[in-house]
Amino acid sequence: MAELGDLYQDIILEHSKRPRNYRTLEAANRKAEGFNPLCGDHFTVYLEIGDGQIRDISFQGSGCAISKASASMMTQAVKGKRTEEAEELFQKFHHVVTGKNGTESHDDLGKLEAFAGVSEYPVRVKCATLAWHALRAALQGEAHAVSTE
Amino acid sequence: MTPAANTALRPQAAVQPDFGVNKVRADFPILARKIHGKPLVYLDNAATTQKPQAVVDSLIYYYTAQNSNIHRGVHTLSEEATASYEESRATVQRFLNAADPREIIFVRGATEGINLVAQTWGRANIRSGDEIVISAMEHHSNIVPWQILCEQQGANLRVAPVNDAGELLLDEFEKLLGPKTKLVAMSHVSNALGTVNPVRKIVEAARRVNARVLLDGAQAVPHMPVDVRAIDCDFYAFSGHKIYAPTGIGILYGKAELLEAMPPYQGGGDMISSVTFEKTLYNRLPYKFEAGTPHVSGAIGLGAALDYVNSVGLDRIARHEKQVLAYGTRRLLEIPGLRLVGTAKEKEGILSFVLEGIHPHDVGTILDQEGIAIRTGHHCAQPLMERFGVPATARASLALYNTVEEMDALVRGIEKVREVFA
Repeated sequence: MAELGDLYQDIILEHSKRPRNYRTLEAANRKAEGFNPLCGDHFTVYLEIGDGQIRDISFQGSGCAISKASASMMTQAVKGKRTEEAEELFQKFHHVVTGKNGTESHDDLGKLEAFAGVSEYPVRVKCATLAWHALRAALQGEAHAVSTE
Repeated sequence: MTPAANTALRPQAAVQPDFGVNKVRADFPILARKIHGKPLVYLDNAATTQKPQAVVDSLIYYYTAQNSNIHRGVHTLSEEATASYEESRATVQRFLNAADPREIIFVRGATEGINLVAQTWGRANIRSGDEIVISAMEHHSNIVPWQILCEQQGANLRVAPVNDAGELLLDEFEKLLGPKTKLVAMSHVSNALGTVNPVRKIVEAARRVNARVLLDGAQAVPHMPVDVRAIDCDFYAFSGHKIYAPTGIGILYGKAELLEAMPPYQGGGDMISSVTFEKTLYNRLPYKFEAGTPHVSGAIGLGAALDYVNSVGLDRIARHEKQVLAYGTRRLLEIPGLRLVGTAKEKEGILSFVLEGIHPHDVGTILDQEGIAIRTGHHCAQPLMERFGVPATARASLALYNTVEEMDALVRGIEKVREVFA
């Protein structure tokens, strides 16, 4: 049986209470919104991209503990990364939260491994990936809001 | 099948002379389930209710002993199925105290009932510049069909506001009414707040400007006796599955003279009296609005569900639910940081709440681990959530089988939520 502690790991609770990079970004040259109409979660991800690199990233909005912590930890994980590295990280993260990680190693996921417990709660996968979908839309320059529904 | 076997299979409506909640609970087999090792505490009744054995049996009986198509067959099975289907219509008629069974249209649910009125009566009667008045507490199903109609006809939607308790502001509502008002469409009971609207006053106000009135009764019929003639509304819609019947069946009540004058909703079999390629004559009421093979088993299940509700007694159900609601309200308000959204004086069994600093979605996940099923989200009432400044709420909603002990379990569950997020 899934244990609550697997989902609400300390690091997730901590980030949900004190999200990092939680602000607008003056120098942003990309932004995208992520919206989950089912639960009302709504985030905006701001990016400053230069020479194919994420120079700075921030987010704002409201959502559940999982979606907020995920957004917060995502900003830390991709800051300074090249855009294609961020895309790769998204794929790995997605595999982890959907439980499709199999035998492949996710050493480079670091703290993001904390979200592995989400795979036991299929309805919460959308929460964990909301900000990531917004990041991806921003990277691809899609101006419209993305929805996880 | 021999008559003896036939009788053995026939479901008996449970007779409950005294309302005892444990006796009622025994009629609902699913309530014995364990969820994550804990007894199920089902508090998502405004989304859908559980089904008593009598309803399940009625479906089994229909499919094992009577299954056939209705209205056109001359064989015994078809005659029996038709009789059962029409018997259910008569049961609904009595349940709503409608004047005539022809005023009872079987539809998929309240949503389809409202859409039917919008696209038949609405297309025929709403003109450019006309106004339709709804309230700020409507479910999306009583907003969007009117938006579509307004778009089609060039009409305007007006929204009557609610106060901080979630009660309709009657004065403001009446100010919106005028010569342009052609229809008032309002929920009888709010699904997100539990507010009971003053439907008699709403109808009286609408009559003064000659507007028609549609009531969305999805959240009302399971909890209180409804008399459409006493209310004097023109249309009344509800869903079967919220009153212990199967999904996919619901009712639209309409006054016969209005239904007679309305064009059909869908074309097809059963809704015609004769068809040639030059001219089709439509069937009489209610069949004009029931194109195609209907949800026969659903209608029969709805009849069984209403028989069940009648056998327990709506007055007794209402009294019991009010006690559980009052107890649950008192207990929830003892929890620090908990805010109830929807505190109307006239209220049905809905406890919509938010916890300071904790998102409803997280509340829902943690309560589920305790075996407690509630709803979290905007409850298909996004404009209402905006009115109360919350993106979502957690909602516990009651049915006749809920107990004060389950309110205690809910409170313990919420305390657990607060521990996780402490």
